[in-house]
Amino acid sequence: MSDRLSVLKTYKLYVGGKFPRSESGRVYEVTDSEGKWLANAPQASRKDARDAVVAARKAFGGWAGATAYNRGQVLYRVAEMLEGRRVQFVREVADAEGLSKSKAAEQVEATIDRWVWYAGWTDKIAQVVGGGNPVAGPYFNLSSPEPTGVVAVLAPQESSFLGLVSVLAPVIATGNTAVVIASEKAPLPALSLAEVLATSDVPGGVVNVLSGRTAEIAAPLAAHRDVNAIDLAGADEALAKELEIAAADNLKRVLRPQPVDDWSATPGTDRMTAFLETKTVWHPTGSLGASGSAY
Amino acid sequence: MPTNAPSAARALLDVTSSDSTLRRFLHGLPGVDAVGLEARAAALGTRSIKTTAKAYAIDLAISMVDLTTLEGADTPGKVRALGAKAVRPDPTDRTAPGTAAVCVYPDMVAVAKEAVAGSGVKVASVATAFPAGRAALDVKLADVRDAVAAGADEIDMVIDRGAFLAGRYLKVYDEIVAVKEASGAARLKVIFETGELSTYDNIRRASWLGMLAGADFIKTSTGKVAVNATPANTLLMLEAVRDFRDRTGVQVGVKPAGGIRTSKDAIKFLVLVNETAGGDWLDNHWFRFGASSLLNDLLMQRQKLATGRYSGPDYVTVD
Amino acid sequence: MNMETTTSAFTSAFEYAPAPESRSVVDIAPSYGLFIDGEFTEAADGRVFKTVSPSTEEVLSEIARAGEADVDRAVRAARKAFEKWSALPGAERAKYLFRIARLIQERSRELAVLETLDNGKPIRETRDADLPLVAAHFFYYAGWADKLDHAGFGSSPKPLGVAGQVIPWNFPLLMLAWKIAPALATGNTVVLKPAETTPLSALFFADICRQAGLPKGVVNIIPGYGDAGAALVAHPDVNKVAFTGSTAVGKEIARTVAGSRKKLTLELGGKGANIVFDDAPIDQAVEGIVSGIFFNQGQVCCAGSRLLVQESIEEELLESLKRRLSTLRLGDPLDKNTDIGAINSAEQLARITTLVEQGEAEGVERWSPACELPASGYWFAPTLFTNVTQAHTVARDEIFGPVLSVLTFRTPDEAVAKANNTPYGLSAGIWTEKGSRILAVANRLRAGVVWSNTFNKFDPTSPFGGYKESGFGREGGRHGLEAYLDV
Repeated sequence: MSDRLSVLKTYKLYVGGKFPRSESGRVYEVTDSEGKWLANAPQASRKDARDAVVAARKAFGGWAGATAYNRGQVLYRVAEMLEGRRVQFVREVADAEGLSKSKAAEQVEATIDRWVWYAGWTDKIAQVVGGGNPVAGPYFNLSSPEPTGVVAVLAPQESSFLGLVSVLAPVIATGNTAVVIASEKAPLPALSLAEVLATSDVPGGVVNVLSGRTAEIAAPLAAHRDVNAIDLAGADEALAKELEIAAADNLKRVLRPQPVDDWSATPGTDRMTAFLETKTVWHPTGSLGASGSAY
Repeated sequence: MPTNAPSAARALLDVTSSDSTLRRFLHGLPGVDAVGLEARAAALGTRSIKTTAKAYAIDLAISMVDLTTLEGADTPGKVRALGAKAVRPDPTDRTAPGTAAVCVYPDMVAVAKEAVAGSGVKVASVATAFPAGRAALDVKLADVRDAVAAGADEIDMVIDRGAFLAGRYLKVYDEIVAVKEASGAARLKVIFETGELSTYDNIRRASWLGMLAGADFIKTSTGKVAVNATPANTLLMLEAVRDFRDRTGVQVGVKPAGGIRTSKDAIKFLVLVNETAGGDWLDNHWFRFGASSLLNDLLMQRQKLATGRYSGPDYVTVD
Repeated sequence: MNMETTTSAFTSAFEYAPAPESRSVVDIAPSYGLFIDGEFTEAADGRVFKTVSPSTEEVLSEIARAGEADVDRAVRAARKAFEKWSALPGAERAKYLFRIARLIQERSRELAVLETLDNGKPIRETRDADLPLVAAHFFYYAGWADKLDHAGFGSSPKPLGVAGQVIPWNFPLLMLAWKIAPALATGNTVVLKPAETTPLSALFFADICRQAGLPKGVVNIIPGYGDAGAALVAHPDVNKVAFTGSTAVGKEIARTVAGSRKKLTLELGGKGANIVFDDAPIDQAVEGIVSGIFFNQGQVCCAGSRLLVQESIEEELLESLKRRLSTLRLGDPLDKNTDIGAINSAEQLARITTLVEQGEAEGVERWSPACELPASGYWFAPTLFTNVTQAHTVARDEIFGPVLSVLTFRTPDEAVAKANNTPYGLSAGIWTEKGSRILAVANRLRAGVVWSNTFNKFDPTSPFGGYKESGFGREGGRHGLEAYLDV
């Protein structure tokens, strides 16, 4: 066989279930760990961020209102699709993170398993963190977790795929919608993940993926009044502080960056509960004619 | 001027023309949340009634008592003693008001009438096969006519709870209308036996049913079952008479009966009246207590207020 | 007509004679210090401020005013106490908290009168709501102290360290309980700043800590103004910040702690919607509306300050509501029959007045029952605004006073849309006899607590806190432990 000229992929943003270029028309060069050019990625602007928030807000009601079982099915479908494109992701992760094929394969497998793990959580988290409260009086009340809303996610800079999924999956498993800023220097696995999401059953707008300069895209998201929470995993100390200050304007829930040595370690429920609200609903009960009272 | 004639209600509320219209109306009344109702009654029960307000309330309560004896063992002597007590509850203090009425079985009406003659104290008689109400309509009506003929000023009838619980509202309605007619000039108190109706929704429906049929008073209980008057069911009936007057212009009285034994309890009921139906009902023409032992406690409290010393049962009469 | 003449001699209305709770059950000293490291001390700069009774403007006492140096001293005391306190077996910490709970019960009459004097709220409320809830809260969290392994935060969850807590004046002792009980149960030590208009009950609580034998420095109480609160929040050796108060200050605190490792929980303002459907249990709904907005003179973050009534029953409901408001008794907060007490301060009264005047200027209809306001003190009559729309200021801004804005809706969808149309998300109410409607509407309301067919109910087992700009984190229940654990 003679050497065939390969077909290069044009990477695009993923917003509202569609694959637009950046409205700014900008791209930036993405290279592998040795500096070799891999592709041009879209360099999203603040307007792209704005559009992504609109899409995420639009998708929120339907996604949050879907049954937990349904969300689990949809997320599991994502894992199935990832499995089918395993080879592609191993190559992209190896290129992005300078890993050997086998190390990259471990990362991709751990990522797929993580999707499965979170897919299974959708209809269990409410039972684990919610429940009835023994009120001292003739009332029944029930505390249930509910998704916070639109969550801006700064994906980890180093772990381009496992790290990304480890912060994204818990956000959407619980019914939030997300605007994700991919790893600045290694955005390609994230942009390819968007293609998987688009061809699985995840409704458009539930996940929106932006690539570009993290600080540039994060600033308008942190200040955006229709964003309810922000995960600063991909921000350094200075940026995290700046964004947390901006986020105070509408009292976003802020998940500060924490050092993560090993993204493959089994996560707890913290990343889910960080973007859950507890709602407590009361109703009177009353007695069944006891102690002389009619009812 | 409020009127007791049911015609005003009929004209405004053409709901009693058939079983189905009546049912639709009664089931269309706002529901009652039991916990909220009881909480409101309990909150009003925490009002602190002191000094002059307490003196006023005690005399008002005495004047609202339907002093009652409804026993198989009732005799003319017992009823005469009761009548004397109703007229002059506190023989040591002539400023104590008389009670509103004495309440007896129909065969004792004549005796009672004589005992209270000229005092202004009324004679009320239970009728309609009290307390169960389990008799043919003709028998019930004969019972009523007997009492009226013997001079009863007021008739305390029981509704057919069986019919009510079976959903035969028109039967209950017709029976009240018939009894009202048989009562003539006597004022009619309609007893629901709220303890047997069991739910607050039922008590609200029964209240409206009774008022539509021409009740002059709606009354909680016979005093013969486990659950009698409670602050909550009385509050609910006060809401009903208040709303009925708003809608029809007709004012109807309320009578809690059974289980009210202390001055403290009675004052709580007066607070319910004051803050629910309002001052227009703070009068024994519109509010009564069906009670017997309550009166002595009111009298002892009255003596305590007058003398500053606690009184005891030897200082009130046992009748 | 068979109307008879009345046999009753009583024609006057039933006027309740004054029934004042005795003030002598509480002994207020002419001056109080800061409570730091188990001792009452003066402020470093010797500053003091006066606390007055809002119902009479009488000066109750003179209080040491904490400054930055005092905040530092208090934080150091708490830090010093932390090591031993956090190392105590949970069962021992529990017993301290049980002691405190019992002492509060024993002294509840005294504390209720004190709170009524300093805050202006009716004794009926401090006696029947505030104090029982305060004791219950300590009892509840006492029991958690030796059971944290089972709370769902992993085995042996660790405390954070020193908690800096800033509380408001609307429920002085109850907010103290909400803050201190879970903090101590989980092994933290505390520096708490009460509001400048209501410092007294917190200082009496300091005495209860002494009676309970609580180790020195575990609880430090530093009365003062906003500057002391800001210094506490900003102190580098504070590990946890808990604040209840206005949304504006909450945002400022969020900016202050940004970039630090301090854990933050905020319980802020609200503009709760109380939704009444046409099939509501109407008499109970009226009670719920009244308790929703007139409880504590409406100075409640979770107040049902927007009444959303289905248009088809608006007239009927308003008539009932107005009749009910006419029975409210405003006056001496120590009178056991008083329903509506004084506004907490001249500043708060001015704020309410300004917003209400703005409402009138915008053309909404204002109504109050006939109601005589006392000559001295800070008072505001219960007030209804009708014909309000979402565009009016009184439907959007938190008034924090006895002022109810009445709006209408046509369908459940519209009710939900209007209820959620606010940056706040603390509380909401639903009144309907239809169970499925309650659940469907409750699901869609963006609020941390939803009361259906009831309102303003609180319980230590039940998490409380907001969505959106009403803050984050939950107080109460198992959830309330999380704010004080390193998880």
